[in-house]
Amino acid sequence: MSVGIITLIVLAIAVGGFFIGRARAMSLVGGDARKLHSLPGYYGQLVLIFAAVPAFAALILWLLVQPMVIEARIGALIAPESIAEGSTRDLVMSDVRRIANGIDQLVAQQVLSEADLRTLSTEQSDLRSRMADVGVALGSDVVQNVFEAAKEYRRISIFARMAMAAVVLLLAVTGAVFAFRRILPDFRARNVSEASFKVLLIAASFVAVLTTVGIVLSLAFETVHFFRLYPAKDFFFSLTWNPQFRGGSDLGIAPLLWGTLYVSFVALVVSVPVGLFAAIFLAEYASKPVRSAAKPAIEVLAGIPTIVYGLFALVTVGPVLRDYFAAPLGIGSSSSSVMTAGLVMGIMLIPFVSSLSDDVINAVPQSLRDGSYALGATRSETVRRVILPAALPGIVGAILLATSRAIGETMIVVMGAGAAARLSLDPFEAMTTITVKIVSQLTGDTEFGSPETLVAFALGLTLFVITLALNVVALVVVRRYREQYE
Amino acid sequence: MNTMQKVENALADSEIKIGARGVQVYYGTNHALKDVDVDIADKTVTAFIGPSGCGKSTFLRCLNRMNDTIVGCRVEGQITLDGEDIYAPTVDPVQLRARVGMVFQKPNPFPKSIFENVAYGPRIHGLARGRAELDEIVEKSLRRAALWDEVKDRLTAPGTGLSGGQQQRLCIARAIATAPEVLLMDEPASALDPIATAQIEELIDELRSAFSVVIVTHSMQQAARVSQKTAFFHLGSLVEFGETGQIFTNPQDPRTESYITGRIG
Ligand SMILES: Nc1ncnc2c1ncn2[C@@H]1O[C@H](COP(=O)(O)OP(=O)(O)OP(=O)(O)O)[C@@H](O)[C@H]1O
Ligand SMILES: [Mg+2]
Repeated sequence: MSVGIITLIVLAIAVGGFFIGRARAMSLVGGDARKLHSLPGYYGQLVLIFAAVPAFAALILWLLVQPMVIEARIGALIAPESIAEGSTRDLVMSDVRRIANGIDQLVAQQVLSEADLRTLSTEQSDLRSRMADVGVALGSDVVQNVFEAAKEYRRISIFARMAMAAVVLLLAVTGAVFAFRRILPDFRARNVSEASFKVLLIAASFVAVLTTVGIVLSLAFETVHFFRLYPAKDFFFSLTWNPQFRGGSDLGIAPLLWGTLYVSFVALVVSVPVGLFAAIFLAEYASKPVRSAAKPAIEVLAGIPTIVYGLFALVTVGPVLRDYFAAPLGIGSSSSSVMTAGLVMGIMLIPFVSSLSDDVINAVPQSLRDGSYALGATRSETVRRVILPAALPGIVGAILLATSRAIGETMIVVMGAGAAARLSLDPFEAMTTITVKIVSQLTGDTEFGSPETLVAFALGLTLFVITLALNVVALVVVRRYREQYE
Repeated sequence: MNTMQKVENALADSEIKIGARGVQVYYGTNHALKDVDVDIADKTVTAFIGPSGCGKSTFLRCLNRMNDTIVGCRVEGQITLDGEDIYAPTVDPVQLRARVGMVFQKPNPFPKSIFENVAYGPRIHGLARGRAELDEIVEKSLRRAALWDEVKDRLTAPGTGLSGGQQQRLCIARAIATAPEVLLMDEPASALDPIATAQIEELIDELRSAFSVVIVTHSMQQAARVSQKTAFFHLGSLVEFGETGQIFTNPQDPRTESYITGRIG
């Protein structure tokens, strides 16, 4: 029985249980729902929860544990001499899985019967070509020991499948019956429902946290790997970035970090004032019709894919900056520059700043504005002295979001600022950022285990730590200067 | 009630501070205030009474043009301050509001420290030369609003952290710190206990020597205690306006009488 079918059956039991449970509760009190402790639907929910939750939990657990157990048992069956020169146990294991799969196919197409299978040996038959016939390609001829392991693998798998179906379905039915028998008029089904809802919420937040932990751990794992091959001191303090295909690379993060910070800085210098002033205009000064036209118009900017911004940087902003600004003033001759990428990225970030800031400014109660106006303050005094301080946490949040976007942005940088790592103060020079180099190191054709590739993870982790630190600093700042309104 | 005594000391008829003639207010199509004529004398306390929703707050907001900030609100008629039309195009509403201060029905302290709340007006109008003078203004205003003793040790604490009644007194202190000529108070004592109410009433009485005060109240006793003139509003119209003593002892209009004796409201 496949997992899909098991799931459907459990769901059917649960939903059926819901209706039966509800009907049971109603019949216990002769159809008068007021005599029940909870609404009848809660008794239905009780049965549903008891049928579905343990069964699905068991299913998921089983699916996680089964491969581990089977691999361990089969791995022990593979003789050391079956592992060919230059191969590994893992590769043989994957062969075992593929052969088992091939046997399944052969049996399914009735080329082979279960009885044949038992006596079949690799000496007598050309398993490899027969497998190829059913679409399972093997790298080499099948060794008897491996073949036996595959047969055992298949046997255990089939057995485990059936056992799983039995256990899960049994649990569903037992749960439903158990819950059904507990239905009494004064049973507090509503409280059970409340508690399960809470568990559901906790589980959801747990998933989010676990994902973060997982991402960080996988980054950290590969990073440790990298630092075994390449000294951490050089990574953090070397001022050159010069990866080589044949080893002997300089992998200093400094030029990339500098590029990232420089481009982000320019982007924020553009987007924060423009975005914030636009938000203030929209929230405090604009009349209703202007507001309802201008707000979506600004937000359209957020919907443009970054690759389009990249093109804009590449074909318009870059050349214009070079021809009308940098070249005439003699301060640069490259159309790829920090300025180009920063400007275009700044434009991209305007709606992030303005839209969020507009929302928080609008959330400041009208009574505060009235209080200020009634004391003879002008609009701009009110904005500066009352509204912005009150909206500060939200505005900092908006700026932080923009900063994270700027630090993580890749496309605009590749097309606007180039891919050359350089440490320079000149904003009209080509530079590049951490994200760009992560992409180019991972998509290069160097071997995965080499420091040139693994450095991508160290870069990623560094980026993560930087954005995290930024968030913490912002949190502290906001907490210190917050002006809280009711 | 000590109304007879009030009648006696009411008014060595002082000059008119605010004059309203034929004031109409519309919220969109809702005609909220109909043809109101009132003269508010200088250095007197004028009370507005009337059932909920009758337009007291609306009229109060006309006097310092706070209605300008309400979308869809239209004011017609003439209102003068010291003989000058406050709705004339040459008048700057911001300047006007510095002269006509207001305390709102619901306390609305800024999310700033207690000190900064009171110092807000003096700061934006440059009333204090130097920190010492500002401190002095803040202390004096808080004292007059009967709040100083409760907050003198925590002037840097946020104003929003005070109790409702304390917040209301903070708003009063904030309004008088700007030194307005007229103070409009919309139910300033509705959230206060009897002691603080008495202190505020004392303050109002004291303010009368310098400004004219307009107070909206739902308490007949309060109106009788603190005001020299009383205006009774009903369903958007000014029903009766006159000496407080006369309104409470000898109302001319049957609606006024019913309201005061508790039959409508
Ligand atoms: N901002 C507004 N927009 C639309 N209508 C309003 C607004 N403010 C007041 N109104 C309407 O104007 C009328 C008068 O309201 P107002 O607030 O002046 O009453 P009030 O006499 O102060 O009442 P209360 O004693 O309850 O404070 C009411 O019908 C009210 O619904
Ligand atoms: Mg009111």
